[in-house]
Amino acid sequence: MTNESPSRPRGTVLVTGVCGRLGKRLVRALHKEANVVGIDRRPFADRPSDVVHEQVDIRRKKLKDVFRAQPIDAIVHLGVMHDPRASATEHHAWNVVGFAKLLEYAAQFKVPKVVVLSSANVYGPQPDNPQFLNEDAPLLGGARFGEIRDLIEVDMLAQSFFWKHPETETVILRPVHILGTVRNAPSNFLRLDPVLTLLGFDPMIQVIHEDDVAHAILCALDRGKRGIFNVAGPDPVPLSRAIKTVGRPTIAVPYTLAKATLKRLWSLRLTSFPAPELDHIRYVCMVDDTRAKETLGFRHAHNLEETLQHVLSEEW
Amino acid sequence: MSQPPPPLDPHDSSLGETLGSLFRKALEGYQGAKTTGLDAIDEFVSARMGEEFNARLDRVPTTFGEGSTDPFGLDREWVKYAIASVAVLHRHYFRTEVFGAENVPKGRVLLIANHSGQIPIDGALIGAAMFMDVEPPRFCRAMVEKFTQTLPFVSLLFSRVGQVVGVPENARPLLRREEALLVFPEGVKGISKPFDRRYRLADFGLGFMRLAMETDTPIVPVAVVGGEEQYISVKNMDGLAKFLRVPSLPLLPQLLLPGGALPLPTKYRISFGEPMTFQGDPDDDDAVIAEKVETVRATIQTMVNRGVRERKSIFF
Repeated sequence: MTNESPSRPRGTVLVTGVCGRLGKRLVRALHKEANVVGIDRRPFADRPSDVVHEQVDIRRKKLKDVFRAQPIDAIVHLGVMHDPRASATEHHAWNVVGFAKLLEYAAQFKVPKVVVLSSANVYGPQPDNPQFLNEDAPLLGGARFGEIRDLIEVDMLAQSFFWKHPETETVILRPVHILGTVRNAPSNFLRLDPVLTLLGFDPMIQVIHEDDVAHAILCALDRGKRGIFNVAGPDPVPLSRAIKTVGRPTIAVPYTLAKATLKRLWSLRLTSFPAPELDHIRYVCMVDDTRAKETLGFRHAHNLEETLQHVLSEEW
Repeated sequence: MSQPPPPLDPHDSSLGETLGSLFRKALEGYQGAKTTGLDAIDEFVSARMGEEFNARLDRVPTTFGEGSTDPFGLDREWVKYAIASVAVLHRHYFRTEVFGAENVPKGRVLLIANHSGQIPIDGALIGAAMFMDVEPPRFCRAMVEKFTQTLPFVSLLFSRVGQVVGVPENARPLLRREEALLVFPEGVKGISKPFDRRYRLADFGLGFMRLAMETDTPIVPVAVVGGEEQYISVKNMDGLAKFLRVPSLPLLPQLLLPGGALPLPTKYRISFGEPMTFQGDPDDDDAVIAEKVETVRATIQTMVNRGVRERKSIFF
């Protein structure tokens, strides 16, 4: 468990949810610069040899041993469960209770840096959204879609940690739709054949390449960076153009019909998209990323075509 | 189409595929019709409006660099066709007379206008006037009611022709980019006036004044005469409107007549007043702001009164 490897500039970084696809990509970018300790209850199949993996559930006491074993220089929290099929209790226990535990240890062991990956979805798509939301906008994502309330709670917990522990540099990242090999709703959506759209709606959307998100996390790990940051990739495009770029055919359905059908399909377990997510292809939920550009110095590296076509990529 | 479905969500794909192939056949026919339709409009535009129309298009300043759709959703192709169709109404159906076009300054400007006519034809005609009669030609963006974002096709059209939801967060960046914004501070109360209240301006919202003071933007008062007679509203059915969750529901007897859905071909008179500038603290008390707003409202009311008095006939 101890690290005999030579000291690396970023010290020891603890990454939760490391076995997700984004986690693995982050590790790949990070392990040359830092001693990575991964936390996940899933096994880490093809882990780089210099990465330590602790197969623990973040709600368990065993998590504390990881903190005892070595001084942790930074925590990157990716381990958020967003499985709309899982029960609300399970969600809450994992996302909120587990994360609260993690923050408790971060305070107790005086970890100097905590980076939390939240999402621009916490703002929620609303008809009266300004075209670009800044970091001060209220988190209304749960208003029409109760299942993401615990993700908002995670964001709020991180915010209160930010204020309560000024000695720790807390960074909250709220990236727009992450696209790539990840199995998240926006990537899965663009892999549908045909892709469902709502008749008469074509909101502007923002997307970001998964590797750019990993890069934003690296920017957030730099010393001196703290605060809440919206993270966006290339310029926004109409949803229809995004789908066209991926090369998928579309099927346009009136909203009421789509909602009713999706509800039924959902209850029959024939789809992985809950009906309230339709609002994402109906209303805008875009962010102003000026602060991330100016303060974090983050610049996306992948253009729109690369980002969109990456959802079909098999390699990862 | 012949490629194998992606590995995830086999249910979604197989179900969608059947529906999709059916739909695609229908779509092919539709798309053929659409292309010939657009060609016909292109021909019409060149023939009817001459080279001047296209020359004016080239002179419209671009705010967001190249790229067909700007971050606020404005698509120059859409705007071109929208203006071409509104121009026909502008020149031939409503035979709009424009006064004081030289009063519109070159840079950022807030156009404040009286609202009338049950459906926002006044907005479209002011937009056409800003393109066809003002030097240099401008694409002006209207600040629209958030309710419009919930309507299929309307939300799409509004977004592509450059309308934005009426919140200050949207107005600020656009004014900073020297755009022309059109605001109807009467809101829904203005557009849905019954006939006995025609040309009597409802109360103004205060937001535009704070915005103008904050961004140091000149206000151009705009009076529109002719809109109130296009649809004669006997009364507003507020109870029913509330039940149907629409902002207003006018009772329009003319809808019973054949062809009554078309607005009556009244003659529109649009006058642009001299720019007004206001100094002071944008966060001042409502009472202080309201006083300044009242000056603008009174100016527009006077301009409207003069317009109504001086016209010889509603239709000519």
